[in-house]
This record gives sequence, structure tokens and C-alpha cells, in this order.
Amino acid sequence: MNITPQITQAFIVCISAIFTQNILLSYFLGLCPFIGCSREVRSSVGLGLAVIFVMTCTCALNWILYHFVLEPLHLEFFRFIMFIIIIAAFVQFVEMVIDRFSPYLYQRLGVFLPLITVNCAILGACLFMVIRNYSFIVTVGYGLGSGIGWFLAIVAMANIRGKLANDLIPKGLQGPGITLIIAGIMALAFIGFTGVLAGQ
Amino acid sequence: MAKSQTKELALEDLWSNNPVFGQVLGICSTLAVTNLVLNTTVMCAALIFTLSFSSMSVSVLRKFTPRNIRMMVETLIIAFYVIIVDVILKAYWPQMSESLGPYVGLIITNCIVMGRCEACANSNPPARAMLDGFFNALGYSFVLLIIATFREVLGMGTFLGFAVPYFSSSYWDKWIIMVMPPGAFFMLAIVVWIFRSIQIASQEKTK
Repeated sequence: MNITPQITQAFIVCISAIFTQNILLSYFLGLCPFIGCSREVRSSVGLGLAVIFVMTCTCALNWILYHFVLEPLHLEFFRFIMFIIIIAAFVQFVEMVIDRFSPYLYQRLGVFLPLITVNCAILGACLFMVIRNYSFIVTVGYGLGSGIGWFLAIVAMANIRGKLANDLIPKGLQGPGITLIIAGIMALAFIGFTGVLAGQ
Repeated sequence: MAKSQTKELALEDLWSNNPVFGQVLGICSTLAVTNLVLNTTVMCAALIFTLSFSSMSVSVLRKFTPRNIRMMVETLIIAFYVIIVDVILKAYWPQMSESLGPYVGLIITNCIVMGRCEACANSNPPARAMLDGFFNALGYSFVLLIIATFREVLGMGTFLGFAVPYFSSSYWDKWIIMVMPPGAFFMLAIVVWIFRSIQIASQEKTK
């Protein structure tokens, strides 16, 4: 099997997952932590980094299990349960490893890791990779790109919200309301990337 | 359960503690399908089914579930009902299943389902838990249907696929942005704004 075109495709998929088809701004996945945890820049960076890492690894792991375990056994409908268990187990495992080997990293990422289990972006990326029939290399690129896209969006949002902290906002619009409007404007801006990648 | 209690529960879940504009939970997986009223209706029906029955099941099993693995048990119960919905849709309505894509499966990680299981079903008898789940899903659905109606009428000039008189004619410039992702964010923000302002105003009045 020739591997070069696959790497090229993985690269294209990765870039498009970051910009043109951002998992948060065009598929609405992972909105709850996006609204809840975007008040501070520092914590949003921590959460974003954790998402990049977990998303890349679980996408790859789930691809392997889906194609080598579920498909031969014709248990495809079982994938929801398997994906969510893998994600939960992986998060738990990563938490233990980080706690054991790097207390510094644990301090920065520790509180965010359990939150990731219920982040729909992770499960969403895993389901998209099945629906779109990606090969393994492309799946890794897709997981990485989606994670980076989510990271970019939440860090940008945290910075904007930091600037808005002292402004007067109508009472009904405070909190989630204004966040959603900013997200809408960001989504508009990201639409501008459409067409950057020819041959998508 | 007394009738007045049911009414109180319904009022709380539909209005004062509504999942969308009160708790702001679980908007992720369903916002994406609100550009068509039909898709939203199917998605909301799926959510009502999942939330009612998983709340009930969690409540029935609450005395037998060890505390430290209860999140995992809840997730598995929810996933079980979601798989039922997914299989039924695939068998009887394959086009709908295709156009909803991964979003049916994403009900599993919809925060509102997990949230209700944790907040209510864990500590209440099955009948109450089921009603709580049902009314929460209903409160969630009605807000999403409002959003879907505006998005479809303004963006495509149709309602449930049928042409709406004024909006589908050449007098109306279709707001394409409404069916695209930013439209969903703006519509949801406006709905949250309006409902919250009404709530704040009525709270100040009672003071």
C-alpha cells in the first residue's frame, strides 16, 4: 500500500478540521465546557491541551478497536457503548499516569481531565471518523486537527471574555447569552476560511 | 403523586429552571439539527424517550448501584436507550438516520441527560424521576422548536418542508446565514436573552 497520498490526505483533513470545519463552531460539539470554562485564559489553555491529547489518542484507539473487533463480529451498533467506555477508561488512565509521573502537569491539567469524559466533542470526533470511513493515518490527523481547532476556539473565547469583563451588558444577556453571540461572530469569521483548501 | 405536585414540577422544568435558558445544559448535540423543523422534531422525540426512560431506570436501580461507579452505570443505561433509538431509526427511517448523522449517538454525552440522572433520578422514586425527565425534555424541546421554526422560515422560506406564503416568494431575501452555523448561535443567544429578561422582570415585580 502506498502511504504518501494517505499522509497528504491526513494533512488536508487536519487543516480543514482546524479551520473550515471547526468541530466547535460548525458542528456545535463541546459547547457546554466551552461556555462553562472559558472565563479564564489559563484554565482554558489547560482544558484545551487536555482535549487535544485525549482526542488524538482515543480516536486512534477507537479506530483500531472498531475495525479489528467490532466489524469482524458484526457488532457495529455496539459502538456507542464501546467508544464511551474507551474514552472514560483512557481519561482515567491518563489521570493516574500524570499524577504518578508529573505532579506539575497534574496540577495544571488534573481538574480538567474528568470533565473531558462528558465532552461531546471527543465522542463526536470518534463517530465522525466512523461515518466518513477514514483510514488509520487520516483518523489520527483528524483527531489532532479537531483537538487543535477546539483549543483555538476556547482560548480565543477566553481572551475575548477577559476583555469584556468590565463592560456593561444587559442583565438578560450576561453569562451564556453574550458568550453565544461572540461564538456566532467567531463562527462567521471561520466561514471566511472556506475555500482555502481546494479539493476538499 | 398528588396532582398539584406534578403541576409544580412541570412549571419548574418548563419555565423557571428550563434546561436551555435556565441551566444552559445539553445544547451541544441538538443545536446542529435545528436548521430544519422536521429533524429537530425527530431529535427532540428521541431525547424525550431517552431522558424519561433513563431517568426511570436510574431511579429503579439507585439502591443497588455502588456509589463510586454510578456515573459509569448511568452512562451505560443512557447508551442502552440511545442504541434502541438509533436501531429503530435506521430500520424504519434510513434517510432521517443519515441526515441526523452522529447526533443521535451524541445524546449519550448530552449533559442534560446525565445532569438529570445525577440531580433528580439518584434520589427520587421512579415515578417522580420519570416525570422529571419527561418535563425537562419537553422544556428543552419547546425552546429548540422555536429556534428551528425561525431558522427554517427565515433561511429557507419553508416550514416542515412546505413553502410559507410570504417568505418563499421573491419579496423575501432569504437569510442564508440562518441555516448556517452562526445563525444557530445568534438565534439561541436571542432566545436566551428574551426568556431571561422576562424572568428577571417578573422576579423584580414579585419583590
